[in-house]
Amino acid sequence: MSLPATTSQTVGPYFRLGCDPLNCSEMAAPGVAGERITIQGRVLDGNGDGVPDAMLEIWQADANGRYAHPEDLQEDDKERLPGANFSGFGRIPTDEQGMFKFSTIKPGPVPWPDGKPQAPHLVVSIFMRGLLIRLVTRIYFANNPHNDADYVLRLVSPERRATLMASPAAGDKDVLEWNVFLQGKSETVFFDI
Amino acid sequence: MSSLLRAPSQQLVKISQTLSEITGPLFTQEVARAKACDLTRQHAGDAIGERIIVSGRVMDEDGRPVPNTLIEIWQANAAGRYFHSVDQHNAPLDPNFTGCGQAASDAGGRYRFVSIRPGAYPWRNHHNAWRPSHVHLSVFGPAFATRLVTQMYFPGDPLLPFDPIYNCTADEQARQRLISVFDWDSTVPDQALGYRFDFILRGRDATPFETKP
Repeated sequence: MSLPATTSQTVGPYFRLGCDPLNCSEMAAPGVAGERITIQGRVLDGNGDGVPDAMLEIWQADANGRYAHPEDLQEDDKERLPGANFSGFGRIPTDEQGMFKFSTIKPGPVPWPDGKPQAPHLVVSIFMRGLLIRLVTRIYFANNPHNDADYVLRLVSPERRATLMASPAAGDKDVLEWNVFLQGKSETVFFDI
Repeated sequence: MSSLLRAPSQQLVKISQTLSEITGPLFTQEVARAKACDLTRQHAGDAIGERIIVSGRVMDEDGRPVPNTLIEIWQANAAGRYFHSVDQHNAPLDPNFTGCGQAASDAGGRYRFVSIRPGAYPWRNHHNAWRPSHVHLSVFGPAFATRLVTQMYFPGDPLLPFDPIYNCTADEQARQRLISVFDWDSTVPDQALGYRFDFILRGRDATPFETKP
């Protein structure tokens, strides 16, 4: 039996009323192991204007590549609980200029079904007024040695892969920059999962 | 409309679900704070309006319950006004109604909110544009892939045929399923009318690990 899935509808202009209680831009508490990173950027519409009413949701593995979720049964170390004190969830609304910024730990590589590692990445949902359904994308790390063999990146045409890469920001090397272009010549790659 | 500048123009890249998509954030029951599922009692006084019970089940496409998942709702008050700085509709705010709720599904996938029937409101999309009464609902489900945000409508609302948002869903049957069902079973005598709304979460591929040896 297969039931028809409930259809998505736009979040509209007032979603922050319901969603702000779960906002989280400091994803890793002080004790969480891993390399600390800060990622910032802007969500830009087809005119290049910042989108002031968007919301990003982040989902990621911990520094060992483990998700805080029971489906993450990596056979080699069953006894270790995934995540422990790191939930892996972030929710960040954009500000008036369309900017977002969040801090977390760099995720470790998680396995592809054949056991080979995927390149370290965060998965991202983007919600905003005017869209019927969330956009799904990924944040990878520029120049990571695993990128070339990553299954998902290989499905993306080479000239568009850069849209998925976080890179050190020009003015601040402690911050990684990753922007979301909804349209235009550097339109971000969005996925159908 | 803003959607013209916001909708991506390139085709989505289809990918198989990996561990990153079949896992997803889990929330403990504590996240749904004690008063969060009763929107009529979050302040000193009672909220104004027609009390309603919004309840139902969260299920997967095989009809299996999705337990312990977080549902968030937000809505206008009985006068059709959101407690949000962007909403400048000249209807009154109710100091005893914020319009924000959270609940977690139980072991059988059931959830329940107590609220106020939201009013219709004008939104200037076109001449004399009014949105039908609706409640925004957000549900996570067990995986990143199952994340869903939608809107619930009320049966018999005369504004539905004219609402571009409701009619954005092209498939008529899918659209009909966004309309809650009046429900005697959840109606509380002398207290509140019950409306049932079930979620069917799409989502995970049936065999995400098919390439595993």
